[in-house]
Amino acid sequence: MQGIYLDNNATTQVDPAVVETMLPYFSEQYGNPSSMHMFGNKVGFAIKKARKQIQYLLGAAYESEIIFTSCGSESDSTAILSAIKAQPQRKEIITTVVEHPAVLALCEHLEKEGYLVHYLKVDNKGRLDLEKYRSLLSDRVAIVSVMWANNETGTLYPVEEMAELAHQAGVMFHTDAVQAVGKIPIDLKSSNIDMLSLSGHKLHAPKGIGVLYLRRGVRFRPLLRGGHQERGRRAGTENTAAIIGLGKAAELAMEHMEYENTFVAAMRDRLEQGILDAVPYCFSTGDKDNRLPNTANIAFEYIEGEAILMLLNKVGIAASSGSACTSGSLEPSHVMRAMNIPFTAAHGTVRFSLSRYNKMEEIERVIAAVPPIVAQLRKLSPYWDDQGPVDVPEKTFAPRYS
Amino acid sequence: MGLIMWDYSDTVKEHFYNPRNAGEVENANAIGDVGSLSCGDALRLTLRINPQTEIIEEAGFQTFGCGSAIASSSALTEIIKGMTLDNALQVSNQDIADYLDGLPPEKMHCSVMGREALQAAIANYRGEEWKDGHEEGALVCKCFAVDAVLIEDTIRANNLKTVEDVAHYTKAGGGCTSCHEGIEEILAKVLAEKGEKFDPKAASRAEIEITMQKSPREMSELQRMRRIETVIESLRPQIQADHGDIELVKVLGNKVFVNMTGACSNCQIAGMTLSGIQQRMIEALGEFILVLPASELAHMQAAGE
Ligand SMILES: Cc1ncc(COP(=O)(O)O)c(C=O)c1O
Repeated sequence: MQGIYLDNNATTQVDPAVVETMLPYFSEQYGNPSSMHMFGNKVGFAIKKARKQIQYLLGAAYESEIIFTSCGSESDSTAILSAIKAQPQRKEIITTVVEHPAVLALCEHLEKEGYLVHYLKVDNKGRLDLEKYRSLLSDRVAIVSVMWANNETGTLYPVEEMAELAHQAGVMFHTDAVQAVGKIPIDLKSSNIDMLSLSGHKLHAPKGIGVLYLRRGVRFRPLLRGGHQERGRRAGTENTAAIIGLGKAAELAMEHMEYENTFVAAMRDRLEQGILDAVPYCFSTGDKDNRLPNTANIAFEYIEGEAILMLLNKVGIAASSGSACTSGSLEPSHVMRAMNIPFTAAHGTVRFSLSRYNKMEEIERVIAAVPPIVAQLRKLSPYWDDQGPVDVPEKTFAPRYS
Repeated sequence: MGLIMWDYSDTVKEHFYNPRNAGEVENANAIGDVGSLSCGDALRLTLRINPQTEIIEEAGFQTFGCGSAIASSSALTEIIKGMTLDNALQVSNQDIADYLDGLPPEKMHCSVMGREALQAAIANYRGEEWKDGHEEGALVCKCFAVDAVLIEDTIRANNLKTVEDVAHYTKAGGGCTSCHEGIEEILAKVLAEKGEKFDPKAASRAEIEITMQKSPREMSELQRMRRIETVIESLRPQIQADHGDIELVKVLGNKVFVNMTGACSNCQIAGMTLSGIQQRMIEALGEFILVLPASELAHMQAAGE
């Protein structure tokens, strides 16, 4: 049986057309793009083309606003560290509690260095309080960093509006758009977003390539100094094949934008509704009316996510979970906790993330596979009693240690 | 987020896919509930114990938890069925992990939960109150599965000051060393409680003990012997934490023969432990020392060396 891959927010298959575009740059076209001779020259042109393809996908005003990096995490770090180095008198940062660790762990680290970080809270659907945000903007803030789309729930954040508010307050604005780029239309030139991070492997390009969009005129301090690559803003010989692959992937994403937001969204909706109809005591998390077209996150109550994933894996279905056990920590996902999802459900969340490669018949197979898996695990659960949860689970089964 | 397919043994997978003794035992006369939802693990163990023989006739489990929590519960019930209560109480979490051909370090707490459920169930049967002092923190050292709470408590109890001390007492940080930043943070936090500051250059406990003694050249044979013993004593807690023990057998010139017992004697890290002990001996005595297992002594004597 062929596997069904529903973990595209973790990483995606490299599009065959992308692979094909990249191949010559491992073999014939191996020159250094900085070199003057014929081996390097052609590579330089191919990189220029890739830059333009990404400029187009992002709706950036200038191709020189595109800086190639090694990954989404590097772009996030570069953006935040640049803003604080360029404005050493500003000692505050605004971000959210639902960011990816690429932003959160850096902010926690900066707190230890004396920065005051404001973590915007979310409501039970993962939505931010913009009034609160507005009240925090001041000339003490070096940068606002808010993700465009959440990787676990797909919830979209109003970053264009938030960037506008930051702009009015004279504060730099960065968005981690790693999950958004390629899935929803973006037009940076008509926004006030100063910096944006993206990562190739989330949009059918290879792993290990990223981009930092840097609006022209925004003050910048490089993370890596050295060679003149990327106009001195990111030293290091270019990962040429990956850059060229990312360019192709950006072009393909643009072509499939409509498909993603109609067909992929329809498959996601069918999957979600199919499961919610067939399985008792489960619900979807996040902001259903305002999310990526490819993501559904379902909390299955009274069972644990890793166990669900293992049984799904056994029948050839790949997804991921916000359970503590899948990350090796003791706590369920920070995103689920931030939304106040009860512990009885937070450990049992499963994220299904689709791509344009999925087919409706795969979705039907998943809808058929999930209910018996959930039932099998509930049979083992001390919180479950034949047909439903035990009365007041927290009381009937209240273990002594915790 | 993201699925980490743990490096589960085939036995773990087998017990997860086909759990033994799932569900509640009918006419159970002992129940042990442990775990909590907040940490994503909970286990109810039910037993039917023969009041005459005190033999566990039936054992059943209900588990909320990950693959290895379910597998550990299944293994536990298999292990204890047919045992007397006294024997069952001897079952350690290591036994459960061994039965499953090992668990990844991040998952050792699942086997701990099994043992605790057993203790709770037996206490329940005997009408005793079962108390658990066990508290778990985030996993810091992945090589040796040591969590933050254990590290903090050990730092407090032994007045530790350096990462090296922590490695000696808890083993945390003694492997790949990538958790040293985390250990430094815990040290800084605990030391701050006492108004002290973490100093990365501070002498470790063992170094202090050694510098309090005389330099190697002036050492008498007795002092040298004492120093060797001091090193062994300072390492003992760490070895015991690994379910083992160490005994000094003989000192022959620059060769120190030791006997490793318990879990340590045949585990893969025995070799590493010996070289670690050797390093500490060299530092403490200021001369080259070879630490060898006592079995080598027999070989050497047989070879007439
Ligand atoms: C929202 C978000 N930001 C950042 C990253 C990190 O990207 P990369 O793996 O390219 O460093 C990810 C990937 O998981 C992500 O989902």
